Amino acid sequence: MTLADALADQHVVVVAGSGGVGKTTSSAALAIALAQRGRRVCVLTVDPARRLATALGLDLDEGTARTVAGPWSGELTAVQLDAGRTFDGLLERYGGSPDAIGAIRRNPIYRSLAGALGGTQEYMAVERVYELSNSGHYDVVVIDTPPTRNAVDLLDAPDRLLGFLSHGIVRALLAPTKVSLRAASLATAAATRTIGSVVGTDLVNDVVSFFQAFASLHQGFIDRARAVQELLADDATAYVLVTTPRGDALEETRWFSDQLTQRDLRTTGVIVNRVHPSFTTLDPEHLPLAGGVLGAHLDNLRDMERAARRDRAAVSVLTGQDPNVLVAEIPWRADPLTDIDALSDVATSYL
Amino acid sequence: MTFRSFLTASRVRFIVGKGGVGKTTVSAALALAGAAGGLHVHVIELEGREEFLRCFDAEGPLQYESTTLYEHPSGGRVSARHLGPDEALVEWLRDHGFGRLVGRLRSSGALDVIATAVPGIRDVLVLGKIKALARDFDADAIIVDAPATGHSLSLLASPSSLMAAARSGPIRRQAEEVDQMLRDETRCCVSLVTLAAELPVTEAVEAAFGLEDRAGVALSSIIVNQFAGGESLLRTNLAPSDVATLDPELAHSIEVARWFTLARVDEEARQLSRLHHELPLEQMVLPRLEADTIDLSRLATLADACSRAAS
Repeated sequence: MTLADALADQHVVVVAGSGGVGKTTSSAALAIALAQRGRRVCVLTVDPARRLATALGLDLDEGTARTVAGPWSGELTAVQLDAGRTFDGLLERYGGSPDAIGAIRRNPIYRSLAGALGGTQEYMAVERVYELSNSGHYDVVVIDTPPTRNAVDLLDAPDRLLGFLSHGIVRALLAPTKVSLRAASLATAAATRTIGSVVGTDLVNDVVSFFQAFASLHQGFIDRARAVQELLADDATAYVLVTTPRGDALEETRWFSDQLTQRDLRTTGVIVNRVHPSFTTLDPEHLPLAGGVLGAHLDNLRDMERAARRDRAAVSVLTGQDPNVLVAEIPWRADPLTDIDALSDVATSYL
Repeated sequence: MTFRSFLTASRVRFIVGKGGVGKTTVSAALALAGAAGGLHVHVIELEGREEFLRCFDAEGPLQYESTTLYEHPSGGRVSARHLGPDEALVEWLRDHGFGRLVGRLRSSGALDVIATAVPGIRDVLVLGKIKALARDFDADAIIVDAPATGHSLSLLASPSSLMAAARSGPIRRQAEEVDQMLRDETRCCVSLVTLAAELPVTEAVEAAFGLEDRAGVALSSIIVNQFAGGESLLRTNLAPSDVATLDPELAHSIEVARWFTLARVDEEARQLSRLHHELPLEQMVLPRLEADTIDLSRLATLADACSRAAS
């Protein structure tokens, strides 16, 4: 069974790995492999840089879904995350009256919260997966995770938001008292005074009025974050790790796999990118030696075969670890993997 | 231009690039090259990467306080520290007369709430600490090993974001001062790091425009890491007399491996010239080392390449 076969009945596929291992290209190839199996696939990229667009040869508008045509029986749609627009969508869903929505939108804090600033991005990513997954348009959503140092940020994002929303201070700000009373009590509250002296009174006032406007959305956000959290832990959500056969990336992969296990989540497969191809069955250490042009040609073969054997050893360590984890190897190519034909080829041959 | 004048042209140099292009190794190599030229180079690790210490055959973790990692007979040296957002926040509060409140703010979680609601605060304080070090710390040049491109953009754009949200107060003033530093090229610049490959080049070009637009920070030379290059003898066909001495299977393997390598070299060269065309900055090209990890002796090879590339 190939990795894509194992994933064919999943509803969400989370693709994770450290930076520079070819995560985005792998996500695109995996999405194509699923489309080749007749699935209606949506692939979501979270990276602020437009990598997936390049990989799919598209010019994606942020937030918009685009259909990608290609030689497959299913359907493929690509979406680039727009954290701000996703937040807007939530606001409209739970924001209540147009006045309340307007008040939130005009608040300066809202602008910085909804912008693509670090902290909210991971949550908006899983929120968007939830939305796409429940839209009824797709059988499976493949998410290409952000290149954080700490890939578990994404998994913990709903938890962090829930923690924030149920924090004592936030709840105090949202407490359903009369507006006049609330304003008075907040102005005198020791905590807000203290914070005001640090970050400026205006900012604190903005935060206070933001949360007052936000009160009507509060429960909706909490329910939603719980649902998103459940989706990440669902049996129909699969995790695929991407790596290269090099030391640091492999270390990171092992670490992330442990993190998943600790959260009772299972790694379905590992994609090993850029595995050096092997061009000979001969032992590189016993190739003849020579000078001049012949020497250079032999050296090249020797170097390539040494690298191929080093990679093979690294991959076999990976396959030996857990027989239930499928390992897909993608050989290193001389040409870049940036068009649909090349990606389809990878999907057919290796996934 | 000498390497010395390159490295000291700006007081602080941020090393920015996508994950996996070797920012940490490049930061270490630039620092070592500076030390070999008699300078004291201070490296600030924002993500506390173990690889950085490994480059100097040292073991970690790096601390908030500066440690010397390398001393050169010329008197030059490399020192480093790890700068995390929480330490920066606490120190800033102490320095601004809120020392008494630190404990209470932290234990009540009040600051966490504010920092979550206004996400730029931590970033601005990290930059604020870098600014303070640039002013007070006794080093000839400061190198910041920054996070992956997207996060670096948020980090360097954080003063503008925060200034839009906070209209008064000490944090606002801090954001303004940091913003001034970022916009002054004698005080601050960015060196992008990339590989000569399709996606890294595309991202480097996007990042360059993003940095100029959103953070107003000056771009210095772009560093092209892990460049294989060369292989000129592979362009020459084997003489029939050479081929005759080889086992036919070996001759075939040699030929396939040769075309694979040449295709790689050509692709690399194509991407390097595309980079030059789309981003007309000076390029500093560093060689690919066939090694899984970088230690001090391999780092010396890269540092040497840095010095030669700048002169």
